[in-house]
Amino acid sequence: MTLELSLNQQPAHLRQGSSIGQPLTRRDGFLKVTGAARYAADNHPPGMLYAVLAVSSIARGRVALLDVEAAKAHAGVVEVMTPENRPPLATDPDAKNNPFMFRLDLLQNDHIRYPNQTIAVVIAETLEAATEGAALLSPRYEAQPARVGLDGAESFVPGGVGIGSPAVHHKGDVEAGLKSAATRIEATYETPAQYHNAMEPHAIVAAWDGDSLSIDTPSQGLAMAQGRIAGLFGIAPENIHIRSPFLGGGFGSKGMISGPQVLGILAARLVGRPVKLVLRREQMYGPVGHRAPTRQTLRMGMDSEGRLTAIGHHARTASSTFDDFFEPAADASHTLYASPAIATSHEAVRLDTGTPLFMRAPGEATGSIALESAIDEAAAACGMDPLEFRQRNYAEVEPMTGKPFSSKALRECYTQASERFGWQRRPLQPRQMPDKDGFLTGWGIGTATFPAIMFQAEARAVLRADGSGLMETGAQDMGQGAWTAFAQIAADGLGLDIDQVDFRAGSSDLPNAGIAGGSGHTATAGMAIHNAGAAVITRLADLATRHEASPLFGAGNEGVLARGGRLYRRDDESRSESYGEILARAGLAEIDGRGTGTPDSASREAYAMHAHGAVFAEVKVDPDFGQIRVTRLVGAFAAGRVINPRLVRSQYYGGMIWGVSFALHEEAVTDRRSGRIQNANLAEYHIPVNADVPSVAALLVHEDDPYVNALGIKGVGEIGITGTAGAVANAVWHATGVRPRRFPIRIEDLLG
Amino acid sequence: MRDFSYLRAGSVEAARQAAALPGTMILAGGTTLIDLAKCGVAEPDSLVDITHLKGLDKIEVSARGATIGALAKMGHVADHADIKRHFPAVSEALWQAASAQIRNMATIGGNLMQRTRCPYFRDPANFPACNKREPGSGCSAIGGVTRGHAVLGTSDACIAMYPGDLATALIAFDAIVHLGERQVSVDDFFLLPGATPDKEHAIEPGEMITAIEIPDSAAARRSTYLKIRDRQSYEFAAASAAVGIEFEADGRTIRDLRVALGGVATKPWRARAVEEALKGKVLEPDAVRAASLLAVEGAVDNGANHYKIELAPRVVARAILKMGETA
Repeated sequence: MTLELSLNQQPAHLRQGSSIGQPLTRRDGFLKVTGAARYAADNHPPGMLYAVLAVSSIARGRVALLDVEAAKAHAGVVEVMTPENRPPLATDPDAKNNPFMFRLDLLQNDHIRYPNQTIAVVIAETLEAATEGAALLSPRYEAQPARVGLDGAESFVPGGVGIGSPAVHHKGDVEAGLKSAATRIEATYETPAQYHNAMEPHAIVAAWDGDSLSIDTPSQGLAMAQGRIAGLFGIAPENIHIRSPFLGGGFGSKGMISGPQVLGILAARLVGRPVKLVLRREQMYGPVGHRAPTRQTLRMGMDSEGRLTAIGHHARTASSTFDDFFEPAADASHTLYASPAIATSHEAVRLDTGTPLFMRAPGEATGSIALESAIDEAAAACGMDPLEFRQRNYAEVEPMTGKPFSSKALRECYTQASERFGWQRRPLQPRQMPDKDGFLTGWGIGTATFPAIMFQAEARAVLRADGSGLMETGAQDMGQGAWTAFAQIAADGLGLDIDQVDFRAGSSDLPNAGIAGGSGHTATAGMAIHNAGAAVITRLADLATRHEASPLFGAGNEGVLARGGRLYRRDDESRSESYGEILARAGLAEIDGRGTGTPDSASREAYAMHAHGAVFAEVKVDPDFGQIRVTRLVGAFAAGRVINPRLVRSQYYGGMIWGVSFALHEEAVTDRRSGRIQNANLAEYHIPVNADVPSVAALLVHEDDPYVNALGIKGVGEIGITGTAGAVANAVWHATGVRPRRFPIRIEDLLG
Repeated sequence: MRDFSYLRAGSVEAARQAAALPGTMILAGGTTLIDLAKCGVAEPDSLVDITHLKGLDKIEVSARGATIGALAKMGHVADHADIKRHFPAVSEALWQAASAQIRNMATIGGNLMQRTRCPYFRDPANFPACNKREPGSGCSAIGGVTRGHAVLGTSDACIAMYPGDLATALIAFDAIVHLGERQVSVDDFFLLPGATPDKEHAIEPGEMITAIEIPDSAAARRSTYLKIRDRQSYEFAAASAAVGIEFEADGRTIRDLRVALGGVATKPWRARAVEEALKGKVLEPDAVRAASLLAVEGAVDNGANHYKIELAPRVVARAILKMGETA
């Protein structure tokens, strides 16, 4: 027999790289499982003191009295920082000059604007002494009533939602579309406030040396943090050295430097010694961001064949009283389903909470669970299978803008995931699948989407005479695998085996890698790495092809390829030279090159760029108890090029499990009298435990995208949550016939 | 955290003497005490560590019943072959309690001393009013977040739920707490809040739990613990039921029935009205469901916990019917 072993028709030296696409295990895995990975709070510089925050009991008012003397009298307490003695700042922490800058509470006055706001910082020789010192402050307050909940204040239309998206969008005439529809639905869904709850709380170890500042702190955006601190303290950014080799999760809450982290720096300034400050779990419920609650009303009209004639999506959300971040929930309806008329709008209230912030899939997570629930309700109203309904309303172009997609393999996602799941056996009506143990089984679908965002990043590449390479960029690994994926891109960019590449990241002393957020880090910093690699290879090729002694002489820059530490003539593989030989001949110990990663504005003007996916969920519900368990999740995702399938699958798993969390578990519960969150701990703020996610499958659907960036990367960090939350909610309906409209879905919602 | 002194007791007697001093608390697994100290509820002057005392971790099961030493770990008891055989409800209650990590640390004696998860009780810095912590200071929970609060056994002074699983199973089978010279039934060991919610246990200064005794019974041998909650593990019960049953020779008529409720009351809650309504009757689904409603007679909700009143009888009925099926 003849086998067509034609995996790659090109000669070996023409293949594009070899590290990208490999399912490498995490390069930092051994350090982490052995405890050798040094997280911010693991640092103990000589002479270090411990700082503990004293935080507000009340939501609104002012601090009337603090017993500073009692705290200072406690053995081991060195200093108490209050508005009276807090070192001066160069800029007002309430000043704001761009939407990525958030107002901070840095003891600028005695006003209290949310529970858990810092009112003092106690600095002591031990953590125990600082903790007790904080308790001894025994604050007295002048309190005003807390404004709580989505009906807790007058609403208004914000100037923008998310980062700079208009609060109101429309195309076509939604009212006319609804009027002409054969079938209509209208439903209102509520999602609760949620908190990031990274395993690693926000922590900082800060040490001043004159006007030079050394910091260990987890950061998703080192250069932004450096810039913010420089502005606050009036010092040059290059005098600030931030190390953040590992984050124990961030999810958006470590995107911008938070107030407590800056307070750690201030405390070190005040006492003239290094200071460590670590938030207690309950202190993370306030000053470091959260996902705002939403109430969303969806209106849809369908013609007699189940085609959407109109989508109306209105969201009410909340921000703090003193800053702006408005969860862009309704914008989720801009990109997924074709409709001649779409209108989205937002309104907001201001509450006595900390300022909400980006939380993994901001806008898309909240918007998706409402949109996917409503789409399911629309399918049911039309008597259609919900997958068929979604395919009937498949968007061939981006619905709101009419732009073509740079790539969109959502159809393949639907097909692959539904086949793996066994969706075709699904009865149309709910409550049709009781199992042998008496549970009601239900199957649901949700479509996943997230935009392919890019920011700005830089990288520096070095080739050394010993044949090895170095790649530097201040990238941030928050558990997603940046240490590994970027090293893979670096290896291919340098034409070296990954073991020959020294990859450095996680420090503000390195080139700005942009933010690890918006699912854009791999694409952005990855492109910077790719381009830095190309730049240094170009220099190397110059050296070789211009030197008569080189076998590559005369080939020209375009005529060579880098692979395995050698340059080859493109047209004659027998002519090649190692990097070391080229540099040695030139008498150079090393050469370097720089690259940037940046979105291509022309292609972004021409194309809509989104990752997509389809998630199918199975739930089992006890009919007497309303107890819900997810028994199966199958997702298929198309997100452009996959750098490392193992890491990508892991991101999808994590996202999908978070989707279960959104649908069934997560909720910050507020005491309406005090405005305080009453489940600010991991025993009562629920996320799924292992037993809640028995079976998760993530399929990687092939997708080539020639427009999104040269590497074809879209990003996978957030998309897994979207789609999944709605799929679980829709499965609950299919199991029980009860349509969940308030999340998380609880026992009492199904007791009947 | 306040400074405290730490003493390793050389004997049970020494531990009891030390614990008789005001401000002294006994340290066993520490899973509750350390937690309460961190949130400012427990402020001991002195801890008496009993973890190394010999002989207090024995698990003995005979024809007369089981004696479980106070220092036996929750995980060991849950997994003990004779406990599983003679007292399945006890094993199942433990398996469904807390998390594997906590079960490996926490002791049986400490488990009985577990305190409520009422978030107001656990937050003295922000909610000074709590009759359980400071008698007469008021109750912050009433009118607040109450989804997890009790609907049975409450008083104007306190609506805090008893969160444990083990004691719910113990109370169903008339277990006895050994306090050195004195013995009290589990039912009497746990006190209703009434006007004195600060007093949770019938244990006096200088007393220490040394063992728990569970008398053998046919109902205990045929028993189960059913726990309903929003997530599959590491969550306190929305409602739970420990049920044991003994049939007459006909295999249908109920001779003995034990029913206790968890997750709904201020203490482990024996539902004797359900037992009495069904004893001597033939096990029949409609009768079981009707009788199970008696489990929540007199229940009072505080809004968000109303669902427990709906849920608890269903849990009881399911558990009874499940035990009937295995006839």
